[in-house]
Amino acid sequence: MKNGLSGVRVGLAAALAFGLSHATFAATELTVYTAVEAEDLKKYAARFNEDHPDIKINWVRDSTGIVTAKLLAEKENPRADVIWGLAATSLLLMKGEGMLHAYAPNGLDGLDSKFRDKSNPPTWTGMDAWVAAVCVNTVESDKHNLPMPSSWKDLTKPVYKGHIAMPNPNSSGTGFLDVSSWLQMFGEDGGWAFMDQLHQNIDHYTHSGSKPCKQAARGEVAIGVSFAFRGAKSKAAGAPLEVIIPSEGIGWDMEATAIVKGTKKLDAAKTLVDWSVSEKANKMYNEGYAVIGIQRLAKPVEHFPENIPQAMIDNDFEWAAENRKRILAEWQKRYDSKSEPKS
Amino acid sequence: MAGMRHRSGTHGSPLRRKSSTDDRAMRLFILVIAIYLVIALAFPLYVMFSKSLENSQGAFVGFQNYLEYFNTPALVYSIQNSLFIGVVTTTITVTIAFILAYALTRSRMPGKPVFKTIAMIPILVPSLLPGIALIYLFGRQGLINELLFGYEIYGPIGIVIAEVFFTLPHALIIIITALSIADARLYEAATALRANRARIFFTVTLPGVRYGLISAAFVVFTLSVTDFGAPKVIGGDFNVLATDIYKQVIGQQNFEMGAVVSMVLLLPAGLAFVVDRIVQKKQVALLSARAVPLEPLPNKRFDNLMLTYSIIISIFILGILGVCQFAALVKFFPYNLSLGFSNYQFDLMDGGGWDSYFNSIEMASYTAVFGTIVVFAGAYLVEKGQGLGPIRGAFQFLAMLPMAIPGLVLGLAYIFFFNAPSNPLNFLYHTMAILVISTIIHFYTVSHLTATTALKQMDSQFESVAASLKQPFYRTFLRVTVPVCTPAILDISIYLFVNAMTTVSAVVFLYSPHTTLASVAVLNMDDAGDIAPAAAMGMMIFYTAAGVKILHYLLSRGIEARTQAWRVAVAK
Repeated sequence: MKNGLSGVRVGLAAALAFGLSHATFAATELTVYTAVEAEDLKKYAARFNEDHPDIKINWVRDSTGIVTAKLLAEKENPRADVIWGLAATSLLLMKGEGMLHAYAPNGLDGLDSKFRDKSNPPTWTGMDAWVAAVCVNTVESDKHNLPMPSSWKDLTKPVYKGHIAMPNPNSSGTGFLDVSSWLQMFGEDGGWAFMDQLHQNIDHYTHSGSKPCKQAARGEVAIGVSFAFRGAKSKAAGAPLEVIIPSEGIGWDMEATAIVKGTKKLDAAKTLVDWSVSEKANKMYNEGYAVIGIQRLAKPVEHFPENIPQAMIDNDFEWAAENRKRILAEWQKRYDSKSEPKS
Repeated sequence: MAGMRHRSGTHGSPLRRKSSTDDRAMRLFILVIAIYLVIALAFPLYVMFSKSLENSQGAFVGFQNYLEYFNTPALVYSIQNSLFIGVVTTTITVTIAFILAYALTRSRMPGKPVFKTIAMIPILVPSLLPGIALIYLFGRQGLINELLFGYEIYGPIGIVIAEVFFTLPHALIIIITALSIADARLYEAATALRANRARIFFTVTLPGVRYGLISAAFVVFTLSVTDFGAPKVIGGDFNVLATDIYKQVIGQQNFEMGAVVSMVLLLPAGLAFVVDRIVQKKQVALLSARAVPLEPLPNKRFDNLMLTYSIIISIFILGILGVCQFAALVKFFPYNLSLGFSNYQFDLMDGGGWDSYFNSIEMASYTAVFGTIVVFAGAYLVEKGQGLGPIRGAFQFLAMLPMAIPGLVLGLAYIFFFNAPSNPLNFLYHTMAILVISTIIHFYTVSHLTATTALKQMDSQFESVAASLKQPFYRTFLRVTVPVCTPAILDISIYLFVNAMTTVSAVVFLYSPHTTLASVAVLNMDDAGDIAPAAAMGMMIFYTAAGVKILHYLLSRGIEARTQAWRVAVAK
């Protein structure tokens, strides 16, 4: 009996020992919320630490919708010090709630005027543009005899029926920028009419913005409405993909940076935001993104279509943020009950 | 039979008088655990309910959110969809589980322990995993998608298959238990009366297990209605209540509506729970002291039939796992089928990388250790404690409640409650502790029932004798109760560990940068379209849970040999 008991004790001790976490110490630790692609996070922190080794970044990474939800949920009691790499539309939402600390970083003047909040001092600054694109799987489109689409309107042709996936704007930032850009380009009525037609061809809506492109890469669908960065990455990974920039123009959003109001580490936060608009940072963004905050530094990115800057529409972020709730409700009413039970 | 006597003559018996310090210590302990249940369960649920009556500014708006909910067709369809999934899954799972349980208890087919072990495997994997396997099997590029004859795997078909996989072991355990307690004399009597096999089956076998079947049906129904993993991965555009909560909260930051859907989701789960309780009360002891255990007779045709059936079910389960392992190793499905470990570079993916895996092990270990202590001590105090009648009653109610609370609902309630700045406990938010606290609560009921059952088997005279010898209760507890109940304690800890490894629903709202979890990583990787790494991480969870389970088996065999010899004596 005694031995049996000590066996349990050993088991418990082992279980506890398993759990001992290893704490690391640095001068200052910043909790940074981000929606930057996971594969880039280590690089971003490492480059920053080359210049500021005394500040340790603790990433909270999730998709745009989730990070936004987290931040809003924590409104009364913010956990983040800095937001580095979240959609400007989301930051505008937070600005409206008074959650951001206005700050003019060193180097603000170097930024393209689109890439900053209009208030002075700004509550957020832009990093890079994240643009809509259509990923087309060449193997699958050959198999189904699909012509290569070149415009958004092409996607409404009956030949594509059941071959298109796109992100649900209710959960995906990419999905929302698509919808908001269609409404801006085609007008309110024209936009919804376009989506009504497109809806006929959609096979399914996904929760995340990168998923349609990754599904196209795997041949799970032939065409994924997604964003250019994702398409370029999958193409680089060897997927039989063509990344199309539709001729009418493309919606876009910025990845942007902001300080969360009430942070106890304001100095370190400012240091990070200063660095985030620096030339070095912009060159780093340029490794994945074709359009960046300091556009004169931008070099072409492999697998990225070249006509992106010209195709980007004159996106009205304030309008998008103000109308977001209404647009999403309307979208849900029209398309989200696709799977209603047949009775 | 010892349990029959417990509580008889609780008061007034001279043997029962204890020192008052002892009483007070016991009351203090039971109060502490009761307070834990109130803070970690009752308060958050209350806060969530009140949230469903507020607008986004926090002003009270009565049932306006509910009105809005029921006027949004897209949301209301989800209720129908959820019920549809629940009913179909329940019918299929209970049927499959019943036949399998019948094969395992009433046939003489070979390899029973193997088949039983295989059928238990789904407990060791997150519910997202069968969904991933189904995509590889029946998706557009699926290995055998011709078998669907053009039907779509994304949607109700996929959800139901994944839920059947996920719920099968739960139903099987209950039905096996029900089928095991048969009295051979009834069958002898039936045979003597010249009843044929079919008649015996319908007049003796089925009535004997009807409560087990009802119980299994409700467990499966609740699990499949509240599960979030399968519909998230394979549901396509088929909305159910569980995914609606996620979409409302994560996609639209509409916390109030999330709270409303949560309240709606509580209804079917709560109803199933109440009905099950009522049915359980009706169940009378089938097994009298004179019962004779039923020994199935060999019947070649029947045994072969059952063997074939068990093999088919086993292929289904192992096949799902095998496909996932294959998916995890293939480099770029379907265009590059060479094998390698590139999908195991979790650090390049969403979900927190390898840290998530180690966090999960840490979280599961804490949950197993602290959960077992809290649950067992709580059950002991409720069973063997004196006085504080109403508090013990309330405790018992609170202990049963988590069974009816879907994990997503619990997680959302925790955000509302623990992240309120006015809450002195809000330092817990974003810590490992809150994950452990919520997971213990989420799986409290089954653990509590296991502990209570074990404790009921112990004669309450142990306590009486100890008291008369002037031993404090904790000494009896540590010297007698705990060693005697070691198998149950081990069962509870392994149950908590495995579930903490695989659970997604409650923790998906609660993890933080330092506490990402493997199961949530599976979800997030799948969400981003990285389905192969998601399968790889899911299999890591499986191997870990299986390893711990095997360890548990070896450990409990060793311990049982040493501490449970008395059971043989008692049985005689």
